[in-house]
Amino acid sequence: MLTANELDDRVGEFITAHRDTDDALGYLRARFDAGLAWVHYPVGLGGLGAPRALQPAVDARFTAAGAPSNDPGRIGIGLGMAAPTVLAYGTEEQRERWLRPLWTGEEVWCQLFSEPGAGSDLAALGTRAIRDGDEWVVDGQKVWTSMAHEARWAILVTRTHPELPKHRGMTYFVCDMTAPGVEVRPLRQATGEAEFNEVFLTGVRIPDAHRLGEVGDGWSVARTTLMNERVAIGGGAAPREGGMIGIVADTWRERPELRTAGLHDRLLRLWVEAEAARLTSARLRLQLAAGEPGPEGSAAKLAFARLNQDISGLELDLLAEEGLRHDEWTMRRPASVDFTTRSPGYRYLRAKGNSIEGGTSEILLNVVAERVLGLPAEPRVDKDAAWKDLPR
Amino acid sequence: MSATEHLLYTEDESELRSGIRDLLTERVTLAALLARIETNEPYDPKLWRVLTEQIGAAGLAVDETHGGSGASWRETAVVMEELGRSVAPTPFLGSAVLATAALRAVHAGALLADLAGGRRSASLAVSFASVPGARLRYPVRADGDTLTGTVTSVVDAGAADVLVVAAEAAGGPVLYAVEADQPGVERRPVVSLDLTRPLTDIVFTGAIGTALARGEQAEAACATALTTGAALLASEQLGIAEYCLESTVAYMKTRHQFGRPVGSFQGPKHRLAALWVSIAQVRAVARYAAACVAADDPDTAVAVAVAQAHCSEIAVRAAEECVQLHGGIGFTWEHHPHLYLKRAKADALAFGTPDRHRAILARLVDLPA
Repeated sequence: MLTANELDDRVGEFITAHRDTDDALGYLRARFDAGLAWVHYPVGLGGLGAPRALQPAVDARFTAAGAPSNDPGRIGIGLGMAAPTVLAYGTEEQRERWLRPLWTGEEVWCQLFSEPGAGSDLAALGTRAIRDGDEWVVDGQKVWTSMAHEARWAILVTRTHPELPKHRGMTYFVCDMTAPGVEVRPLRQATGEAEFNEVFLTGVRIPDAHRLGEVGDGWSVARTTLMNERVAIGGGAAPREGGMIGIVADTWRERPELRTAGLHDRLLRLWVEAEAARLTSARLRLQLAAGEPGPEGSAAKLAFARLNQDISGLELDLLAEEGLRHDEWTMRRPASVDFTTRSPGYRYLRAKGNSIEGGTSEILLNVVAERVLGLPAEPRVDKDAAWKDLPR
Repeated sequence: MSATEHLLYTEDESELRSGIRDLLTERVTLAALLARIETNEPYDPKLWRVLTEQIGAAGLAVDETHGGSGASWRETAVVMEELGRSVAPTPFLGSAVLATAALRAVHAGALLADLAGGRRSASLAVSFASVPGARLRYPVRADGDTLTGTVTSVVDAGAADVLVVAAEAAGGPVLYAVEADQPGVERRPVVSLDLTRPLTDIVFTGAIGTALARGEQAEAACATALTTGAALLASEQLGIAEYCLESTVAYMKTRHQFGRPVGSFQGPKHRLAALWVSIAQVRAVARYAAACVAADDPDTAVAVAVAQAHCSEIAVRAAEECVQLHGGIGFTWEHHPHLYLKRAKADALAFGTPDRHRAILARLVDLPA
């Protein structure tokens, strides 16, 4: 097994050897081929079979050297969700075709999972795939699809066996977003922006060679994807007042005329909660670095959603008249969320999504209650019935 | 290294925890607690002997030259967690934390060694409601080394052999060690909200003390003791909250109503899951406070105020949920929830309420009213 020092030497040698290149894509491809893309991946697929815990130091060293970046914010779904699934379920051919351009950022990926009728209950999805020789014909509608308008590929879950109970009748594909019958429409949000899309699939033909996992085994494959949804946490601990609370605290310090006793109490309570959340994240980082990942990741997501909402609500109350005025409602297509430079009203509205996206807070509480605390599940009426007979 | 790097438990700490938990599981049963709390001997002397003499729990934060093990307040905080989990009736907080912190600060070697080895126990004669960081009051007067005055609501003084007393003398405050068993000391038991940690009023009428430190050093020793007590109380609150959650979850898996376990209903389930989220935060906050006092970190004052503002509220919420979600039996004397509710609420009032700590924070982090 490669040690941290040996790995660091290899990174150093790579950086020295490629010092004079100005071909960013060539650099990233070479880094992938040297196994320094994601070191825990297998040799030949961008990795060295090294421990995952060694990756942050590698990234930090490349960043410090000013090396070209694959812009992970833009290809987050590919890196975080598609790649681990392709690695786990893909054939040799599929892994070699998709992983390299995914990592270098040449090909953006998106995720065709949620549907208008299948949100928290993803396994209820109804996008149909019917086999036609060596191909599948897909019809349906997907929603909440980030980056669909820039994506070359999508990970797609479909219904192939409506007569079976819902968890057993799904099949997982990789869908070519440039194929005929794929239509992407922006989905405008409460903020006025369109981070997401609706995707309509009409008679889209997908070769069977683009299937991941067995026919009918799509739910197992989808679970692998979803388990990897957690955002990778790297780097050091965030500084105190590093998030939204810092913006409100600064306003409080600079604008004594806005202060009231009630707001003061709320501010102090939220300051304490933000500090508690910061320390909790710092502890989670140490746990991950020590190789003891805990279920605290779900806890952190729940806590941050509520904290962002409460702090942004307080900020508007504090600003009063200024809170009535907004910066703009232009429909932009941002690739990431900007919680610092937009107006307070934007923060307030965008934070509402924090308790919905990536698993609603209600579902996360169920997950914590059942998987962490071991409390029994609610009785289910949909588990053994055929998908086609479920009310919808 | 910053205190934010010391938020996990070391292997030694886990080992220490497991030894103490075994002892407490055996000695601090609910039946034993209920039998003891209304008697004249609220503390379990045998438990205290094993904890101090065999495990060395009272000497963790004392260096080896004074009979301790040369560990730190972080290890002591692990003991506090376990004692909180079991609402164990011991004078650990008063003797091994408050008095020990004060004696460490004034280098009172011999007495410190007695406490570390469990040969004697002591208590710091201040109200349990004293707020770290607030101006100290001196209800006791010293004339020569003769003490007069009354200190109310002192924690763990009933069983103490020695009282550590800060008194106002002509030339400023003086810290004394006072033998508890002498004619000039009267200890009046207080009917206390928390039966597992009863308080005592102490009346000094010409008690003779031995001066340990004077002036600023005496004052600083008291301040350090209160800060350390408040920091480590957060770990006790973590233990309380954890046990309240675990015991409630266990009950809700077995209690059936409407033909199914009550823990399968989403209403209570979500409350317990949210509590688990809050307790994960309490763990981080309490570990940070312990790491700060252990290293005398410049951020200690903020860490302690955050810990007391946050952990008090979550521990009380956990105990209140424990009562409510146990339903009818949660309100009875014979089951455990009321003992944890009393301890949790008393701990929230101790060393300053959350509100007072938020007021302290407002000053410390420049968020004025």
